[in-house]
Amino acid sequence: MESAPSPAPLQRRRFLTRISVALSAAIGAVLSVPVVGFLLAPLMQREPRVWRPVGGVDQFKVGETVSVRFEDASPLPWAGATARTAAWLRREDESRFTAYSVHCTHLGCPVRWISDAKLFLCPCHGGVYYADGTVSAGPPPRPLPTYPVRVRRGQVEIQTSPIPIA
Amino acid sequence: MLDTLLGWIDDRSGLITATRRVLQHPVPPRTGWWYVFGSATGLAFLLQVATGIALATAYVPSSGQAYDSLRFISEQALLGRFLRGMHYFGASAMVLLIGIHVSRTYLMAAYKFPRELNWLTGAVLLLLTLALAFTGQLLRWDQTAVWSVIVGAAQAGRMPIVGEQIARFILAGDTLGGATLSRFFAFHVFFIPALVFLLIGVHLLLVLRHGISERPKAGEPVDPATYRRRYDELLQREGVPFWPDAAWRDVVFGAAMVSTVALLAVIVGPPDLGPPPDPSILEAYPRPDWYFLWYFAVLAMAPQHLETIIIVAGPLVFGALLLLVPMFNKGERSVRRRPMAALLVVFIWTMILVFWVAGERADWSPDFDAAPLPAQVVRSTDPTIVAGAKLFHDKGCEFCHAVAGYGGKRGPDLTDVAARMSPDQITGRITNGGPNMPAYVRVLTSEETAAIVAFLNTRR
Repeated sequence: MESAPSPAPLQRRRFLTRISVALSAAIGAVLSVPVVGFLLAPLMQREPRVWRPVGGVDQFKVGETVSVRFEDASPLPWAGATARTAAWLRREDESRFTAYSVHCTHLGCPVRWISDAKLFLCPCHGGVYYADGTVSAGPPPRPLPTYPVRVRRGQVEIQTSPIPIA
Repeated sequence: MLDTLLGWIDDRSGLITATRRVLQHPVPPRTGWWYVFGSATGLAFLLQVATGIALATAYVPSSGQAYDSLRFISEQALLGRFLRGMHYFGASAMVLLIGIHVSRTYLMAAYKFPRELNWLTGAVLLLLTLALAFTGQLLRWDQTAVWSVIVGAAQAGRMPIVGEQIARFILAGDTLGGATLSRFFAFHVFFIPALVFLLIGVHLLLVLRHGISERPKAGEPVDPATYRRRYDELLQREGVPFWPDAAWRDVVFGAAMVSTVALLAVIVGPPDLGPPPDPSILEAYPRPDWYFLWYFAVLAMAPQHLETIIIVAGPLVFGALLLLVPMFNKGERSVRRRPMAALLVVFIWTMILVFWVAGERADWSPDFDAAPLPAQVVRSTDPTIVAGAKLFHDKGCEFCHAVAGYGGKRGPDLTDVAARMSPDQITGRITNGGPNMPAYVRVLTSEETAAIVAFLNTRR
């Protein structure tokens, strides 16, 4: 018959358990920290804001609202068509332009400018905005946001912005 | 010879004996056709894995090229159209079957003692299935997909405090772009399926550990003190081997399910690819696939002040309810003694169906393609009335209001508006608008308003 284990092997066993658990945790941390960090990286990075030309001043008629397209601030080489963004650009007078976001403030769907009715309409849930971007009907909680616009050397330029989120 | 080989494999691995023990474990008698939906959901998942692997060998998970690779799969690759169809209808089957399976286990209270963890692992599998359905719809990287990502991010953005961060996580940055699709692809094909495999394994281990629940009988409540003994006695008295006494129904139903999916893949085919994924094309009308169409309708029809609460709290409440179900783990299982449970299931399915039909019709969407009113509808040669009818179309009234079947359904039908409103009332409504109508004083001249009113005044 064996006697009860003496204290020495018990202590040894407890030590081995602790060191094994600690080493396993270390392995887990070495694997998970970079993986999770890599996935969360887009939250830390802010893209620069850059000015993108969208056409010569003379292309736009005073009082008219047209869609213009431009490229995102720092598109990845494989982004293809997804790097493009649009805005609704209106020439207010000789020198002033306004660029409205195309994203409905309800849930981000693309609003359309209906020139005869002078309204922006959203196809998804029927949001409607007046020509100045204020809400006239439907679910949108806020007016259409605007992009900064400027005129440089005869070119109209729009400053890129993140997709407006709540 | 073969017996010797099999004997050797079993001696060294133990796999054959273990499999036989699993297949022939005793199950309660007379389980019947209600018990086939769990295995059918699992089979639909395996179908998704098989067709998904095939599709992944040709799909290019790059924001710029995925669309072209999908066109290649759909139009040129041998069997590509069929496999896309299988994957689409397989996904539909999986969503539908897991919905029926969870309803069945709830109605029969199979989640009660000792099967609470069976329910909880199943609840997580339900959420993961919906996550697969959403990410999968986005991998069909066309115009609708990119706008769905943006709409998804906008919904997440309603969340207080963390909303913007979650939205940026979904978009993979400030805007939609090159990084967006690769991440959805990785989640759809690696991360979520790995979790699903793991949880299906645990779910099946639990099914073996506690046995398949017997058909509930009114007047035989579950008592944790005696349930296990009574279940064991039932098995000893009347138990039948799972294979083939119960399993044959799973196989027959599974075969019918796979054949249906394959037939639909051949006859109907996969959903068409829309226009390319270019966010600068604004002629877009993004709608979710059928399994989320009802939620699309909820968001359109929710009162404005409740909307953020629904978007944020709705999924949380749904998740919490799923987790709370197994707290009620004792008592009657029979649905005859649990009328509220039956009512709840009927209520949820009816609600989904009603909202689904509403989403299919989408009456709240303006009809951008409304045709100008033809002369036989205008029924007048009076120049003011004719001009009013033209303005009714040109100024966008017709996007939301129908006259004699022409136009949208967002606002009231105006076919006989003059019978219920005076010209002054019509003028007031056009000028000042309403809760869901723009104030046209900012759009129309007084002559134009007068012409439209003259036209509408002939509608009776």
